Formats: sequence, C-alpha cells, structure tokens
Amino acid sequence: MKYVNYKTINKLKDGINNSPELYINKIQTEGVYMNEQLNEERLWNFIDGTIDASEKSAIEQLIATNLEWKNKYHELLEVNQLMSSSELESPSMRFTKNVMEDIAKYHVAPATRSYINKNIVGGIGGFFIVMILGFLIYGFSQITWTNISSESILPALNISKKFDFSKFYNPTYVSIFIMINVVLGLMLLDMVLEKKKEKFKQKEF
Amino acid sequence: MHTAPTDTEIISRVLKGEQQMYAHIVERYQTYVFTLVLRMVESREDAEEVAQDIFVKAYRSLADFRGESKFSTWLYTIVRTSCITFLRKKKLQTTSIDNEKISFQIKNHESSFRANLVEQKSKQAMVNEAIKMLSNDDAEIITLFYKAEQSLDEMGKILGLEPNNVKVKLHRARQRLKEKMEKYFSHEVRELQND
Repeated sequence: MKYVNYKTINKLKDGINNSPELYINKIQTEGVYMNEQLNEERLWNFIDGTIDASEKSAIEQLIATNLEWKNKYHELLEVNQLMSSSELESPSMRFTKNVMEDIAKYHVAPATRSYINKNIVGGIGGFFIVMILGFLIYGFSQITWTNISSESILPALNISKKFDFSKFYNPTYVSIFIMINVVLGLMLLDMVLEKKKEKFKQKEF
Repeated sequence: MHTAPTDTEIISRVLKGEQQMYAHIVERYQTYVFTLVLRMVESREDAEEVAQDIFVKAYRSLADFRGESKFSTWLYTIVRTSCITFLRKKKLQTTSIDNEKISFQIKNHESSFRANLVEQKSKQAMVNEAIKMLSNDDAEIITLFYKAEQSLDEMGKILGLEPNNVKVKLHRARQRLKEKMEKYFSHEVRELQND
C-alpha cells in the first residue's frame, strides 16, 4: 500500500509538472472508474443475494433514491437474466446408450479408503521418522564440543573421525546394495503383474 | 404418485449391482456435463467423447462418493480434471484466467454468431456465443454458477478455491462477458430489448 501511495505521489508530481489540467482530469476519470467498479461489485453481490441485511437495505435505498444506481442496477439485472437464460447444450441422442455400453465392460472399483490401509501408511511414515532420528542422534553423539579460545561464545565443532565412511564405500558393499535393490525391484514387478493377471481373470468371468 | 429416485437412492442401487440404474444419472446430468465440457473443449465431437469418458470414470469411482457434497458437485470435479487432462494432451492453452482467445477466433465466432442469429434471433444464442469468446476459466465459472446450479461454496470445492476467491473470479468473468456483449453484440442486445 505504501508503495502504491509513493508511486501515485511521484506520478502526480510528474503529471502536475508536465500538464496539470490534463493530469487532474485523468486522475478524476480513473477515480470515477474505480468507484464504478466497486459499486458494480456491490450491485452484483446484491443481485446474487450474498450480502448481509444492512448492506442490502443500504443498496435498496441507493437504488430507490439515486438514478445512476437505479440505471446500473437494471443494466446488471438484464445481463444476469440473459446469462440465466442461456441454453444447455445437448449431446447426441445415442449418448446415454453409448455410456451404458461402455460401462458394461467395467465394475465399480472398490472405494479408495477400503484398500489404503492407514496402519501401513503410518508404519512407513514411522519407519522413516525413526531412521532420521536415529541418524541425528548418532551424528550428534559423534560431535565433541570444545572451546577454541576463552573469548569465543560459540563452541567450535570438531567431528571426530570415529565414523569412517570409507569403510562402506568399497566395491563389495556397493555390489551388495545394488543386488538388494534389484531383488526388491523384481519382487515389486512380480506383485504388479500378479495383480494385473487377477484383474484380467475377474473381467473374463 | 410416482416420484423420481434421488441421486443417493440411484447410487446405492448401482453399488448393489443394478448397473442399469446408472442410466438415470446419465440422463439427469448429461446436458450439464456436456455444456460444461463444451465451454472448455472446442469441438462437439471432442466434447462428446470427453463427456462420455467422464460418466465412465464417475461410474468406476462411484464407491468413492461419500455423500458429503451434492452428487453434481462431485461429478463436476471429475468434469474439471478430465477437461484439463484432455486439453493438456491436446496442448491447448488452459490455465491463465486473463488470457483471452486469440482475435481470429473471436472474429470467427462473431461471423458464425451473426449467421446464427439471423436464423434464431434468440437471446440464448447470443449469450452462448459471448461465453464462447471468454477464456476457459471465465466460461467455466459462469457456466457453473448459472447453468450447473452450484453455490459459491460448492464452486470452491470444484475449483479448489476459497468461496471469496470464487466470488471475485465470478465478478471478473461477468464483467468480461458484459464487455464482450457490449463490444460485439450491442446492436443485437438493443434489438432484443426492443422486441
């Protein structure tokens, strides 16, 4: 909001310096436009019935007493009636028959909530949280907190060399890791194919 | 006296295995769904294909309808996602609320409208043509409000927006529609007013 005001003041300054009469006229026109927009929005809300009682009576009074409001209200009311009167489009005569022929090939799928077990989802989530916490605890336990100098407020971090990563980055461990992943991947593929086979059998019967 | 079954009654019977009952749902909502799709998809052929796909998707996911909102509100969320997916596939411009369709399209609409108006002389044809000139977002919001009989809250659920934001967007869309009618159909509006 501050930015808008600053911008407006600068524009006003420039405008006044260049052509004061023209600029004041422009500001007045923009002001009227913004006001019109606001009033139109209020009138639409009145037509839709999405305003409270006090606002409703205020607008009713404005329509009754102010010719401009009255004209605008009738204009918007007409647009509203036009929009309400627009026709629905109809598909071809065979539409329902086509849909019914299509759905004859299928069964209603079981509800998502019936096959998504919340305990399993919770279990997987819990496993990862425990893993992360375990690593964090282990990591922090390996840190030795020492002061470098008496003036320093924050303790210096010295990660001890007790945890030797190089032990795990050798060809044997990497091969074992890849092998486990391949086996798990094959098991997953087998499960998916088995499910597809069952579905296909169900459809056949 | 025989009364038509409610949406909830139909859905529970479909879920119990009476697949044919779904035809009532299709009959009831096909014009709403088709109109909404046609506002976003240009050709009638594509719109019919997308609308058909929407009813199939709705059928398959019927068990997921929990009755927390109106069935129509739930169905229109499927309409929206299906149209977006279709438009993405077709690489059409879908997202910007302010982007209006390019001028030659407007001219085409205008000329086709004029030919149409000579034959029909109807208010509806004019409004429909003016809506077609709007961006997809504007056309969708106006159709949901005026044709699909959705409240601001329900529209918020469909569009994933707060009701206040829906109100602002609806106001802007109406403003733009009014401008289009004034710009392209002022003569026809006056003629219709005099009729």
